[in-house]
Amino acid sequence: MPEQKLTGAQIVIKALKDQGVDVIFGYPGGAVLPIYDALFQQNDLRHVLVRHEQAAVHAAEGYARSTGKVGVVLVTSGPGATNAVTGLLDALCDSIPIVCLSGQVPTHLIGNDAFQEADTTGITRPCTKHNYLVKDVNKLARTLHEAFYVARNGRPGPVVVDLPKDVQFADGIYVPPMEVKHKTYRPQVKPELAKIEEAVELMANAKRPVFYTGGGVVNAGPMAAKLLTQLVKMTGFPITSTLMGLGAFPASEPQWLGMLGMHGTYEANLSMYNCDVMINIGARFDDRVTGKLSEFAPGSKKIHVDIDPSSINKNVAVDVAVVGDCAHALEDMIRIWKAKQKRADQAALKQWWGQIEQWRARNCLNYNRTETVIKPQYALERLREHLKGKDFYITTEVGQHQMWAAQFLPFDQPNRWMTSGGLGTMGYGLPAAIGAQIAHPDAIVVDISGEASFLMNMQEIGTAVQYRAPVKIFILNNKYMGMVRQWQELLHGSRYSESYSEALPDFVKLAEAWGCVGLRAETVAEVDGVIEKMLAVRDKPVIVDICVDPKENCFPMIPGGKAHNEILFGPEDSPADATPEDGMVLV
Amino acid sequence: MEEKIEKHTIAVLVDNEPGVLARVIGLFSGRGYNIESLTVAEVDNAGHLSRITLVTSGTRMIVEQIKAQLDRLVPVHKVHDLTDEGPCVERELALVKVAGTGDRRIEALRLADIFKAQVVDATLTSFVFELTGTTVQVDEFIGLMAQLGLVETSRTGVLAMSKGPTGF
Repeated sequence: MPEQKLTGAQIVIKALKDQGVDVIFGYPGGAVLPIYDALFQQNDLRHVLVRHEQAAVHAAEGYARSTGKVGVVLVTSGPGATNAVTGLLDALCDSIPIVCLSGQVPTHLIGNDAFQEADTTGITRPCTKHNYLVKDVNKLARTLHEAFYVARNGRPGPVVVDLPKDVQFADGIYVPPMEVKHKTYRPQVKPELAKIEEAVELMANAKRPVFYTGGGVVNAGPMAAKLLTQLVKMTGFPITSTLMGLGAFPASEPQWLGMLGMHGTYEANLSMYNCDVMINIGARFDDRVTGKLSEFAPGSKKIHVDIDPSSINKNVAVDVAVVGDCAHALEDMIRIWKAKQKRADQAALKQWWGQIEQWRARNCLNYNRTETVIKPQYALERLREHLKGKDFYITTEVGQHQMWAAQFLPFDQPNRWMTSGGLGTMGYGLPAAIGAQIAHPDAIVVDISGEASFLMNMQEIGTAVQYRAPVKIFILNNKYMGMVRQWQELLHGSRYSESYSEALPDFVKLAEAWGCVGLRAETVAEVDGVIEKMLAVRDKPVIVDICVDPKENCFPMIPGGKAHNEILFGPEDSPADATPEDGMVLV
Repeated sequence: MEEKIEKHTIAVLVDNEPGVLARVIGLFSGRGYNIESLTVAEVDNAGHLSRITLVTSGTRMIVEQIKAQLDRLVPVHKVHDLTDEGPCVERELALVKVAGTGDRRIEALRLADIFKAQVVDATLTSFVFELTGTTVQVDEFIGLMAQLGLVETSRTGVLAMSKGPTGF
């Protein structure tokens, strides 16, 4: 068969189809017009027009995180690409597979300060897992396939492919994905068996073990979550997870301790502090989790499973390092545990659980229940009740509401919880919800939001309306950048510098202006009715304004620079000695 | 806590493609690692491979982190810690310009002879010496020339290779 010549733009479309892409999130512009023209002339790829390029990446993240597929973004050169940067870094921090195609000025103009020119590969180099500038149309197909390979294999991440306009017009040869093999990038997927054996040995001899799992389990696919559940049940050990790992182990199981870290539960953090064997599966000892490093789980042996060797011994030195994919490692652990007929030390484990139950009895998520004002925790508890048994996906923005959502909403399956963990990007939730809703049109998708975060990407309501994505924007409106205010209260003498949300719109009218449904709850009695109405809307977006207690703070909290056993439970804990001076500088 | 600072020479085999050096340097600046010297040149024209030799320093944990981070870059083929992997040869090449007349000029030439430096340019009032040696030798030579009319220095930074028959 003679080699078929296609234009660069046609090669892009064909490569995307061959990679199994069905949706692209993008925004057109001068430097990507040939690709938009090629998109116009086909019907297999659906394009979702966002209102800002940052949102295109977040939407693709929501799509990717909720499906396990690679999210695809298409933006123009210059401002199109620079607007996408925040989204790209967000995806890098949270290991979300994204391929972002950006237009570029024609090759002969590169470096000439041309109109809408930006050094996109230069700017995105530290914000991506990898990036490419394609100068030869005959290398285009290969590069695109490589981009998908790099984005989804190993520790997933965003990959940018920068496409000069002349390359999009030029004729070139297409090669299919199976002919492309990457020269260098071959992440280790299968772990070393000897390490697994070492790990199993440690686990079997543990007196006070704890599983500490992370987003790596979710990234390793639904099978990894099943295997994790199996291993945890088999061993009888307690399990906690990072923000990114929620859902990998069912929250309804008795072995679940809740999230750990700065706003994690008392029982999770104390289990970490007091454990003798820690089994880290796909988490990265992030500072939000470890607190004061020198007092992090003192006296424990640590096992760390991670596909990224650079995550191992980065912040915390571990005793058994297992490089590999979580699913493979878990499978091996189960197999060897069974083969060696291992059984945990039941007497010790019973004692350990007794201790944990005492910590649990502290009921650390309790809050001051009242009829006079809607507590944000109450609103989430009611939402949790109404979501029971339903097919739902939750996204969040960033701040207090995000932490409350992580504490109060239970996840029994992976890929149901989408939040900006590493970068902490306000404005993530709405576009991510749209991406998740596009992927799951019949499911309920709720963006747990704050009034300040919502304003950061609220233009995306337009996108949701256009594509009839009935996302629910559940605003816990406390008229403050709540987490900023909380820190100012704790660390800066309650001087609420610029953290008040002045000049807020009427969110109900805002919804109506877009042809959406707007709802508001101002009293405790109204909350249930509003949630019911919100969930009943299936054909358009809903903005829900829950007017919550403006003074409520998020607890428990381990202040920056403190150890896991130095937890503040509520406002009664004195903020004066909350944070040592060296902790003040920590974010 | 072990906080001893170690100096390591690391060789990195990379695809010779645009931006690869920027990736390596960006990694060091972005993560706050030290680069004491860095050299790069293509070593395999047909395979489009370049070899980067870099000298860095840090605690053991940092050095291990540097190697893991380098290895994670997509265009990186291999990372070798020559300091860790047994004896290696380290060499630097320097060009050293010295201007002067009379005794100082004669002394510079005599010292160059001792250090086995070549004269690669000569005028009536100046020399350019070419010197190959370890970093310490080059430092010593330049230190001496500083007292004899040193005008400028250009150094390659360290090149290194493991001893023995096995290759990269």
